[in-house]
Amino acid sequence: MGDLRIAARQLRFEQKAFWRNPAGAVFTFAFPLLFLIIFSTLNSGVRIEERGGITFVTFFVPGILAFGLISACYTNLAIRMTISRDFGILKRVRGTPVPTWAYLGGQVGSSVVITFLLLFLTVGLGVVAFGVDFRTGTVLGLLVTLGLGAACFCALGLAVSGLCPNADAAPAIVNFSIFPLLFVSGIFFPLDNAPGWLTDVAKLFPMQRLADGLQYAFDPRTAGLGFNGGDLLGLLAWTAVGSLLALRLFRWDSLKK
Amino acid sequence: MPAIRVRDLQKSYGPIEAVRGVDFDVEEGEVFGFLGPNGAGKTTIVEILEGYRQRSAGEVTVLGHDPAKGERALRERIGIVLQETGVERFLKVAEVLELYAGYYPHPRPVDELLALTGLESKRNEVVKKLSGGQRRRLDLALGLAGDPELVFLDEPTTGFDPTARREAWEVIRNLRALGKTIFLTTHYMDEAQALADRVAVIAAGRIVAEGAPDHLAGRDTTTEIRFVAPPGAALPDLGTATVTVDGRGVLVRAGDPTPALHTLTGWAMEHGFTLDGLTVARPSLEDVYLALTAEVAADG
Repeated sequence: MGDLRIAARQLRFEQKAFWRNPAGAVFTFAFPLLFLIIFSTLNSGVRIEERGGITFVTFFVPGILAFGLISACYTNLAIRMTISRDFGILKRVRGTPVPTWAYLGGQVGSSVVITFLLLFLTVGLGVVAFGVDFRTGTVLGLLVTLGLGAACFCALGLAVSGLCPNADAAPAIVNFSIFPLLFVSGIFFPLDNAPGWLTDVAKLFPMQRLADGLQYAFDPRTAGLGFNGGDLLGLLAWTAVGSLLALRLFRWDSLKK
Repeated sequence: MPAIRVRDLQKSYGPIEAVRGVDFDVEEGEVFGFLGPNGAGKTTIVEILEGYRQRSAGEVTVLGHDPAKGERALRERIGIVLQETGVERFLKVAEVLELYAGYYPHPRPVDELLALTGLESKRNEVVKKLSGGQRRRLDLALGLAGDPELVFLDEPTTGFDPTARREAWEVIRNLRALGKTIFLTTHYMDEAQALADRVAVIAAGRIVAEGAPDHLAGRDTTTEIRFVAPPGAALPDLGTATVTVDGRGVLVRAGDPTPALHTLTGWAMEHGFTLDGLTVARPSLEDVYLALTAEVAADG
């Protein structure tokens, strides 16, 4: 109970610090929202035949949501943790009695808060500006997919921060580890006509699983609650892998000296 | 039971023996000064006591716990002020203190922490905007957030101006008055002299001297006489006192300075010399420290 309060306080102060750093806050939100506006405007009126003629924006909103989640949970968290380690913040924290789970829980919680804010903003913008048909029947599937995706990418983010030698190298390493896969995961454009081997490879990774799971929950043709079992299983497996990697790779002390 | 007990502590990094069998005790309620040149194994030992590093061999107890186990119960009772540790830059001073105090079961109130470290006027300042000295005071405040029984202070006043140093010393004296045990690492001998009840000097991975600053390595049993002799003058026989001549003039070391002084002044009067810059003093802690660490360096 006491530790839960510590985690909650950590989350609250992480959020405070996040919003006080204008550059970080603006870009975390500006990137996905700007992509949403540009791509949806460029493709207004476009329908995707391979997906039963749904509008481009109905396809794109869940994709950009996946992109936003990955930015907040993976990119942002990994870079932030590497900077904290490089600055010696993690070393200082390690010398206090705060339990590891409560400290990291606060960090992860902060990323999850940002993810859910992005959910409201992207879906809101999609509905208001681009007439996305938001389906209430699949909300549960959407939220579960989002929650599992957040857990998965936070775990991977903590793991990859352990691989970054220092804060200067972190943005390059983290972005390089994610961008090629984002493009082949059907986030920015549908890959229904792409070579089969490429989509098969992409399916091995959690980016495709997340995007596909969210698109499934958004797809007007989806019947039921919006749970795509295959994608959820894929994300679950990657959450397990990510957690194990994080346990092995996460470091509190920088390598210099 | 001592607050810290170390017996035959050893630490190797591969083939390099950084710490080669170190023993010492730190008693409850004392300020223990830990001195030594860079690379002598000082940081290694401190970080073993703080639980950041694992020892290779030996026994270490801190407040009755083995720090290598990383127990929460121990970390609740100690405060660590390291060098070069960052703070969340976008939080305000009072917010950082509230956050860290929240990690402890019996924290010291934020207002008290601010008052203790003279940061009251900076409570709503964002950490990023603090000066170097203010940041260091925040480090100190964070180390005291859990109202610890034992505080590790690693070079607490580096980069302070003389006034700020005196203020920091006052804080440390106040902590001692509250009955806290303080493990102080410093490069400033005047700081050790002013604050420490006992000091230990480490060189090349071993403790080479230990004791009260005033008594360290026979400081209290030697007197140094310094002066500049007139050019070409042959010095008189000073008996058992040792005489060395260096760039600063003549240095006479004697257990009892009275006969040597008597001879010297008589000699000067007789020849009509003046003994320029004549001083009679105990060797400073710095003199003793430099001699101790130079010996070890010469032994290789």
